[in-house]
Amino acid sequence: METVAFYLFSILITGLFLVTAFSRNILYAMSALAAGMVLISGLFFIMGADFLGAVQLVVYSGAVMALYAFGMMFFDATRDVKEKNSPAGIVFLLSGISAVILVAIFAAPKIGENIKALVTGTKGADNPHVIGEVLFTKYLVPFEVAAVMLLVAMIAGIVLASKKMDESLSEIYIDADPETVAKEEQK
Amino acid sequence: MTIGLTHYLVLSAILFAVGLAGVLRRKNLLMLFFATEIMLNAANIAFAAISTHIGDLSGQMFALFIIAIAASEVAVGLGLLILIYKKYGTLDLDNLSIMKG
Amino acid sequence: MENLVYIALFAPLVSSLFAALFAQKPKIQLVGIVTSILIGISLLASVTLLLDIHESGKAVSVTLMDWIQAGDMDIKFGFTVDQVTAVMMSVVTLVSTVVHVYSNYYMESDKSFNRFFSYLSAFVFSMMVLVMSDNFLGLFIGWEGVGVCSWLLIGFWYERKDETRDVNPSISPSWAANEAFIMNRIADLGMLVGIFMIYWNLGTVKYSEVFAHLDQLSHGMLVGIGIALFIGAMGKSAQFPLHTWLADAMEGPTPVSALIHAATMVTAGVYLVIRANPLYSQIPEVGYFIAVVGTFVAIFAASMALVNRDLKRVIAYSTLSQLGYMFAAAGLGAYWVALFHLAAHAFFKALLFIGAGNVMHAMHDELDMFKMGGLKKQMGWTFFYMGLASLALSGIYPLAGFFSKDTILEVAFNEHTYGIWFTLWLTAGLTAFYSFRQVFLVFFGDERYHEIGAHPHEAKAYALWAMAPLAILAVIFGFYKEDFVEFVTKLLPAYEMSEHTHHMVWILTLVTTAIALTGIIVAFIKYSKGLKRDLNFEQNNKLYKLLYNQYYIPVLYEKAFAKPYKELSDIAWQEIDMQVVDATVDGIAKAVETTGDVSRRAQNGNLSTYLKWMAAGLIFVTLITVISVVIK
Repeated sequence: METVAFYLFSILITGLFLVTAFSRNILYAMSALAAGMVLISGLFFIMGADFLGAVQLVVYSGAVMALYAFGMMFFDATRDVKEKNSPAGIVFLLSGISAVILVAIFAAPKIGENIKALVTGTKGADNPHVIGEVLFTKYLVPFEVAAVMLLVAMIAGIVLASKKMDESLSEIYIDADPETVAKEEQK
Repeated sequence: MTIGLTHYLVLSAILFAVGLAGVLRRKNLLMLFFATEIMLNAANIAFAAISTHIGDLSGQMFALFIIAIAASEVAVGLGLLILIYKKYGTLDLDNLSIMKG
Repeated sequence: MENLVYIALFAPLVSSLFAALFAQKPKIQLVGIVTSILIGISLLASVTLLLDIHESGKAVSVTLMDWIQAGDMDIKFGFTVDQVTAVMMSVVTLVSTVVHVYSNYYMESDKSFNRFFSYLSAFVFSMMVLVMSDNFLGLFIGWEGVGVCSWLLIGFWYERKDETRDVNPSISPSWAANEAFIMNRIADLGMLVGIFMIYWNLGTVKYSEVFAHLDQLSHGMLVGIGIALFIGAMGKSAQFPLHTWLADAMEGPTPVSALIHAATMVTAGVYLVIRANPLYSQIPEVGYFIAVVGTFVAIFAASMALVNRDLKRVIAYSTLSQLGYMFAAAGLGAYWVALFHLAAHAFFKALLFIGAGNVMHAMHDELDMFKMGGLKKQMGWTFFYMGLASLALSGIYPLAGFFSKDTILEVAFNEHTYGIWFTLWLTAGLTAFYSFRQVFLVFFGDERYHEIGAHPHEAKAYALWAMAPLAILAVIFGFYKEDFVEFVTKLLPAYEMSEHTHHMVWILTLVTTAIALTGIIVAFIKYSKGLKRDLNFEQNNKLYKLLYNQYYIPVLYEKAFAKPYKELSDIAWQEIDMQVVDATVDGIAKAVETTGDVSRRAQNGNLSTYLKWMAAGLIFVTLITVISVVIK
């Protein structure tokens, strides 16, 4: 059962992500990405990382993809993306080599057999329970930092995307046109 | 044949390569972001798999934080994309080579 | 007492630094006064030390700081003032003080007045380090310090142009300065080797420790060290074959010649031999060699002085000759005699030089004695001083030179080295002749200076007064011989004449005085009535030409060493430096430039390209990691 699920998920995820990576249409690409994310959460569930699976579903498939969807509204999404793609050879060569290397590394006889589990949580408790336990004890500080980071990112997102940025200082710097700068300063 | 750690890791490697290919091939900044998400997810799979395999929760913690970082990245990144789009009217990298030295 | 040591040592340094503050400024009279006073303070401290050591008989030692500490090497920067050092200090500071005061007059219209005093005081400081150091390394520092100051001062008028050898035998001040410096450098290498050998074998460079452990060394090693140190002394004291620089050093201002190239620095070589007397008394064969070299230089230099027309060069050759006397005495083991002659010579030779400075001033820097004459009328005091100094130099009773030079001759006789005695005796005659040839040419006879339009005038009063201490000492110093012997032989080995010599002394004295008087009389007959030139003789006599051209040694050096060296340097420059070194450097630069040019294309501003590079780099690094893991 697990084997079947794994292979099914794997093939689907790979296929979907390939679509994402190579589709000409942004909508297709995004939909494939969202579907792939959902399936990845399935993989997490198979592994027994229930909480992670849930987060993947909520944050990635939910929040992140929704953000992309909203973001796309600013751009012209329905039109096919016209890209002047560089020779595909080099791209496939590079990614192919990296794939081969990574697979070779991962498939190689394992060196880390004697690694000891350090953070295990309460024996016998279910996954969300122990995750909560570890998250609020050992990883409390990183957790808080992550929270602050998200806040900062939110503020940044608002500031960057807000309309008033049209007249903001950053424009002057991007322009770097001496006359405009001088005029701005005179004002 | 049971599914072991190696299977997950190989899957992760393949997905990472797919993401890398996307990053290298794509010229549209938004698509580039999608490809980055793929790579991040590939890393997440590897983390979670190892975590489950050795029974250490740190891996899952890292995956969790990666998700958090990805979320912030998307927030800030999208803001920047919008700004660039407003400014230049395009997201195509070939038209955005302002870094030319 | 220790404070006095520091005062004597550092007052000149303070003086130099003070003058250096105004080095770029136009003349400030105060600089001359302050430096003179500071050197005077050093003199007072030195003399007080001398008297104190005379009373107590104990040397004063101070350690300034730990200097070099590396592994087993532990060298302290220390100073010892013992009998020899006290004598040297007093002589050095006395002459220095006189010269400083006199320089106020001599350099009064020079635009680099302040700079001059800075250099001069720096020299005094270096010389004090040289004589006061309690180890060979400190001595070497002082040794190099005086070398640098000598270079600075010889080349003081560095802006003067090069001339050919026919016009000016020393070409130009900067040329002469370089010659002096390079020759000393060659000799200093010998000295350095000697110090290395001492340290290598004994593990210390402190005099007291070195001399206490000399018996640990083999005879061959002692001879090696002795010769190496003497090579250093040969350079500094301008002994043959490294003698040519001293005559050329006369390009410097005359007070410099008086201080450095007559009284103090050139005697450093003699001081070194005296200081290392425990070493040299164990190797009499090297001592004999030193004596022979000294004797040879004595007559060799005197012969060149016979025909030279340049006022200062004659005195320079006479300095060389007298240094030869000192080495002869030191080499024969009569160290205190050498020191005695050193001190006496310092007084009358400095006096002579300063007198020459007055004459030069009067003659508007004309140095050719054939163009002077009859200056006695205008420059009575200068004539008196120079005559006195010349008498002392000739060794006429009762002046200082009589006592010191006679004793050297007695030593030579006592050692049964009759060859040396005869040569030195002959030299005494030559010395008297050329000294008075100079006096008569300058002060007697017809007034030839009208031809060059000079208006001679006597030096200022304070300059004449400044010369007085030297004159007095040149007269009375000889009478303190007994005290001097008693004082310095507490440190230096006493030298006793044999019975036989004692009986012979009066004959020897008589003979020596006789030849000196003969020399004076010959000079009087030939030159006192004015100059009668025999141009045919000057142009055709081979011996005259040989002597006049300094045995052609400067030309020989130029042909044998300077020219081949220059050619070698040219080859090294054009073939090795340009073709190999420069080409390599240029090649590296070109390679970098080309690489940059090529890799610039990667910087096309396109993020996609950058990402590709990044991926390639990532793969490269991963591959290396994998390979390294696999190989291990």
